[in-house]
Amino acid sequence: MRTLIFALFFSYLSLISGQVMANTDGIHLDDVEVDLSDKASLQRGAKTFVNYCLSCHQASFMRYNRMAKDLDLSDAQVKENLMFASEKIGDTMTIAMRADDAKKWFGVTPPDLSVISRSRGTAWLNTYLQTFVLDDTRAVGTNNLVFKDVGMPHILWKQQGYLNHDEETGHLSHASEGSLSTYEYSVMVADLVNFLAYVGEPSKIQRLELGKWVLLYLFLFFLVAYPMKKAFWRDIH
Amino acid sequence: MFSSLMGWVDARFPATKMWEEHLSKYYAPKNFNFWYFFGSLALLVLVLQIVTGIFLTMHYKPDAALAFASVEYIMRDVEWGWLIRYLHSTGASAFFIVVYLHMFRGLIYGSYKQPRELVWLFGMFLYMALMAEAFMGYLLPWGQMSFWGAQVIISLFGAIPFIGDQLALWIRGDFVVADATLNRFFAFHVIAVPLVILGLVVAHIIALHEVGSNNPDGVEIKKLKDKNGIPLDGIPFHPYYSVKDIVGITVFLFIFSLVLFYAPEMDGWFLEHANFVPANPLKTPLHIAPVWYFTPFYAILRAVPSIAGSAFPGVVAMGLSIVFLFLLPWLDRSPVKSIRYRGIYFRIAIVLFVISFLGLGFLGTQPVTPLYTLLARIFSVIYFAFFVLMPIYTSLDKDKPVPERVTFK
Repeated sequence: MRTLIFALFFSYLSLISGQVMANTDGIHLDDVEVDLSDKASLQRGAKTFVNYCLSCHQASFMRYNRMAKDLDLSDAQVKENLMFASEKIGDTMTIAMRADDAKKWFGVTPPDLSVISRSRGTAWLNTYLQTFVLDDTRAVGTNNLVFKDVGMPHILWKQQGYLNHDEETGHLSHASEGSLSTYEYSVMVADLVNFLAYVGEPSKIQRLELGKWVLLYLFLFFLVAYPMKKAFWRDIH
Repeated sequence: MFSSLMGWVDARFPATKMWEEHLSKYYAPKNFNFWYFFGSLALLVLVLQIVTGIFLTMHYKPDAALAFASVEYIMRDVEWGWLIRYLHSTGASAFFIVVYLHMFRGLIYGSYKQPRELVWLFGMFLYMALMAEAFMGYLLPWGQMSFWGAQVIISLFGAIPFIGDQLALWIRGDFVVADATLNRFFAFHVIAVPLVILGLVVAHIIALHEVGSNNPDGVEIKKLKDKNGIPLDGIPFHPYYSVKDIVGITVFLFIFSLVLFYAPEMDGWFLEHANFVPANPLKTPLHIAPVWYFTPFYAILRAVPSIAGSAFPGVVAMGLSIVFLFLLPWLDRSPVKSIRYRGIYFRIAIVLFVISFLGLGFLGTQPVTPLYTLLARIFSVIYFAFFVLMPIYTSLDKDKPVPERVTFK
């Protein structure tokens, strides 16, 4: 028991560092602008997501028809172009691979991505997706600069190509070119991260929309409440 | 028509009497300032938490296998569920902000002093109940921080000599935090502790209305009354303070809404990032941080060196840091209530106390470094010195004369 307390203490003590999200090994994280009103970006991100992520990862809290509505797509468009893993438009984004099989094959079950943008943060996701580097010591042939010894291979290698990482200078250079330029690839990743931010909190669209009306109402209410207080208190000295 | 109906009711239930006693003929000092908004705001947030809590329980599942998903279900599939949940989670932090400011008001204007000792004690019990409520509520989303935070805090009970292990086991209902723990915390969070809180709020207000409110001058307004027995410096709570509090509530709700709609996570301070990862008993998170409102006490806990490998001294210190607050009415020997008429020693002591409390709050969120540990120890010493030395410096203090009547400053 005492050891447990100490172990817990130790982790509690030594590991509190403000609200730091994850251990990034000191790598600078590049954030991207999250814009849930940019439907084109979200649609492109959704396309990347269902084609490249949604075979090993699921987003089991995200419903296809909710996504259709929020991304300005029709149910039919989603069914034809974005739904490969499920049957019904009201389904959530699940996959066929079983969790224990995945664990056997990858050493770890690929995490559900429903709220990954909220636990990792968009800056981390953006940097993670851009910093897969060649590493012979790893079974998948690559490693990641912000997630050391990650089990996931470089899924977007066709687009980005492969990168070498010079450990001394920290420089990244292309070992092989991908089909996209560095800029095009960064846009692809930014769109995907934007989409993951949306998936993390779809109601953010309603939240931002409603917020300004609530604030406006409270402001107008104040314009009534304050003079009322003044009027009642006129005679109090 | 209305008066005959009220007459019928009043013959059977003291409705008019209660209305008059607590609102329309409750005479409050006319010089309340900014600090006097936070009592009614605390009541508002309590109602908000209860109402949103009721709706959350309609959809939340207190089951280790379902809890995390049910919270996301509320955030996504329940109509307006996201709003209810954010109201509740933002409300929790708002509750502590409001309560800390309310307590600070009591501290600077001496509202805990004779004859309001019981008002203060009921308030302190409320504060403890609120901490228990918040702690158990934080387990319910069943995220990593919920799980490991609870694991660590419950383990503190394990540090108590002889009975510790059995006690911790009894609290958890299992060898680690598990489904049994989640279920009982749910029961405490939604019914047991709220009942206690409601009862204490009633006692807090009845005690207050029995002795009357203090004010920024610390003058007892009941000493000087007009021929009708109404305090010269008193005005009826309703309508004067009801209309004033409406203004305060509007401003509060504006700020609250800014957080609610534009930063509900408050960058990890109100909803921690790691709590968006489902609880995993096999994987200790890299960073375990208590929510901000517990960090001053947490900093005291770890500032105290362990003795013979036991963390018990730290646990005792943390407990004492709360106990001393209870004793304030008897530690303070000054005849003067308000800081406006206190001597220099008390003023300096308050400033040092606030610095140490905020400093500890910050350090509680930070990793341990030799410098931070040293700072935490210095702040802890100041924190305790504020209480322990209070009988001395408040008796030595050269207080200023207190006016007969209240002033507007």
